[in-house]
Amino acid sequence: MKKAFPILSVLTALLLVYAFYQALWVAPTDALQGDVYRIIYYHVPSAWTAFLLFFINFLASIEYLANAKPSTQRAAKWIVIAIGIVGVIAPFIPQVRQQLPTGMYPSSVATTAVIIAALYFVIGKYFRGQDLDVLAVTTAEVGVVFCTIVLITGPIWARPVWGIWWAPGDIRLTSTLVLWLIYVSYLVLRRFSDSAQTQKLAAVLAVFGALDVPLVYFSIWFFRTQHPQPVIGGGGSIDPRMLHVLLINWMAFLCFAFLVSWSRYRLEKLRREVEEAEALESLLEPAGPAAASSKSNVPLTRGPQ
Amino acid sequence: MHPAVVVTGLVKQFGRFAALRGVNAEFAPNRLYAILGDNGAGKTTLLRALAGLAPPTRGSISMLGTTDLRSVCGQLGYMAHPSLLYDEMSGMENLRYFARLYEISDRAQNNKDRCADVIRAVKLDPSLTRPVGQYSQGMRQRMSLARAILHDPKILLLDEPFSNVDVHSAREMVGLLKGMRDAGKTIFVVTHQAALLEGVADEFVWMQAGQIVDRTKHLARDLNPEKP
Amino acid sequence: MKPFWSITLVTLAKDIRLEWRSKDALNAMLFFSLLVVVIFVFSFDPLAEESRHIVGGLVWVAFLFAAVVALNQTWARELRNQVLDAYRVSPAPANALFLAKVLGNFIMVGILEALMAPLFVIFYNLRVLGPAWQLIPVALLGTWALVVNGTFFAAMSLRTRSRELMLPLLLFPVSIPAVLGMVAATTNILTGENPAHFYIVLLLTYDVVFTTACLALFETVLQAE
Repeated sequence: MKKAFPILSVLTALLLVYAFYQALWVAPTDALQGDVYRIIYYHVPSAWTAFLLFFINFLASIEYLANAKPSTQRAAKWIVIAIGIVGVIAPFIPQVRQQLPTGMYPSSVATTAVIIAALYFVIGKYFRGQDLDVLAVTTAEVGVVFCTIVLITGPIWARPVWGIWWAPGDIRLTSTLVLWLIYVSYLVLRRFSDSAQTQKLAAVLAVFGALDVPLVYFSIWFFRTQHPQPVIGGGGSIDPRMLHVLLINWMAFLCFAFLVSWSRYRLEKLRREVEEAEALESLLEPAGPAAASSKSNVPLTRGPQ
Repeated sequence: MHPAVVVTGLVKQFGRFAALRGVNAEFAPNRLYAILGDNGAGKTTLLRALAGLAPPTRGSISMLGTTDLRSVCGQLGYMAHPSLLYDEMSGMENLRYFARLYEISDRAQNNKDRCADVIRAVKLDPSLTRPVGQYSQGMRQRMSLARAILHDPKILLLDEPFSNVDVHSAREMVGLLKGMRDAGKTIFVVTHQAALLEGVADEFVWMQAGQIVDRTKHLARDLNPEKP
Repeated sequence: MKPFWSITLVTLAKDIRLEWRSKDALNAMLFFSLLVVVIFVFSFDPLAEESRHIVGGLVWVAFLFAAVVALNQTWARELRNQVLDAYRVSPAPANALFLAKVLGNFIMVGILEALMAPLFVIFYNLRVLGPAWQLIPVALLGTWALVVNGTFFAAMSLRTRSRELMLPLLLFPVSIPAVLGMVAATTNILTGENPAHFYIVLLLTYDVVFTTACLALFETVLQAE
């Protein structure tokens, strides 16, 4: 940690500068929107980063809950393997292929399924027990930060381009808003909970949140088909040069997110180590002046024998 | 004979505060144990841990041969400082509800009879329709005890059953506990009124600062023990 | 009768009986619901043309507020005297208690809705231009969506500070798709402009997904210290 962190910080800083330069100078001006569109290089990578972090949180929360008992741990592993296998095979079956929305290729669905399964096992391998919870809280916090950036840059973008601050039917922005709300409530729960099992309760909430997001997406999607709305961020194809710059910026953001998460993770682990050490100390020391004398503060004796 | 309860290295921490600091003990069945100690010694926490309400931070508890406390919870009876009863229902109604929770019997009449018997055993009137919230403290204690013994559990965990109970009723409760112990139950009583249990309790378990410091047959305790 | 269901029903019966005995809470909630409707009537002019199109939203927001008030006292009786501990210590399955509470809340919120809906009809001169019978599944599924998650989060809030605040704080974000579904479906049925089928399916999916999640995870929440 000690050596790698400064080196990575410098590299990340350089990458961010380079990405900034690319975004503001090198990338071509948009034909329709002019230079205003450049905010996309902050809006979109932040969104992808936030989604990735939240997704890691979801996997970590599930694993944390599943690992409570060996039976559920095994069951969860088999379910994930099943999802991976089904996800790889199913999109290529003709009936299923037809059901896929336009623009979603079977190969990308398959790849995503494999990545999900792989990520689950990678997380399980490197993060054990309490570390899963530390990972969960880290990714939730950093994710909320990036999600906030998305929600701020979105309206800033929309106003000059569409004349409105907020498009209620915009799927992505609205889903992001709900995701943000869920994770803010997650962080509030962690702070307000008095329970000894706060970590489990938070993990439960994360699972509920994760189940909610696809439903949010579909509910707004259908709402939009009945009430067409402007789409912030544009659909359709993107100029390859812009895509190039977008990916550079995403790389830079990911590195930055990684560094921040790493710091937060270390901080949380250290904090917990201190807490445990203090708890252990209070366990071993004699409890206060009352215990110092073995003479009794036990009030009951039978009196003279 | 297999011990009814085995506690191994039990540690219970609430944040930085350690309520139990490593309790090791074996408790034989068919005994009445009086657990004594100052406030804050960990008596209530120990009882709650045995009841399965306070999962240990470290260590383990084995009840009736298993560490899965949930599987034997039907054989545990628990009574605490709060009454664990609904204030708005009468004693009989409360007990009939808990009888259903414990699946005492399929037939309503059997349930009713069992509830009435138990209420009478604690010297209360089964036909009393007054809601429990209007009982005197002593009556509430006794009804709470009735709830704890309703399902005829093998192990009883009682936290201060005699507090706020008049001496006469307390003595009757002790007699009841003695009878139950003689009938084969294992009973743990946390109390500050240990004198009531002199001659009845099989063992007095002394706790201090989250640990068991002594176990004696009688109430008089060697205050400066020189233990080997 | 399987013990699980008999415990659920016996608990539900007990709750109804207790609620009936002290009608205070019920009366207060009924009056609160009335007040909510009146506030809405003053805030959103019934005569305005726009009101027709938003009344679907108004109705469900009003229901949501009333539901939160009802949900907040779900576990109130179990908290007094630590009765919840008695339940935790017994062999009774946690989900039986959960379902009993959900059903109890469903009935309670249903009663509040039954009071508020006619008031909305009266104040806003509502006419249903679409298939009116569809309002029934929307009402049932929508209420269940609020109540099943609400009861679950009410249990979660038991272990937090600011309990009454935590419940809506946890409930609202997760309920958003359901609220969208309820409101859109109701608006479509009232205005008759669009079909409500998809939203009914959405609500059904939501209910199935979250009822399953609640049943799978309630024991964890109940046994949290």
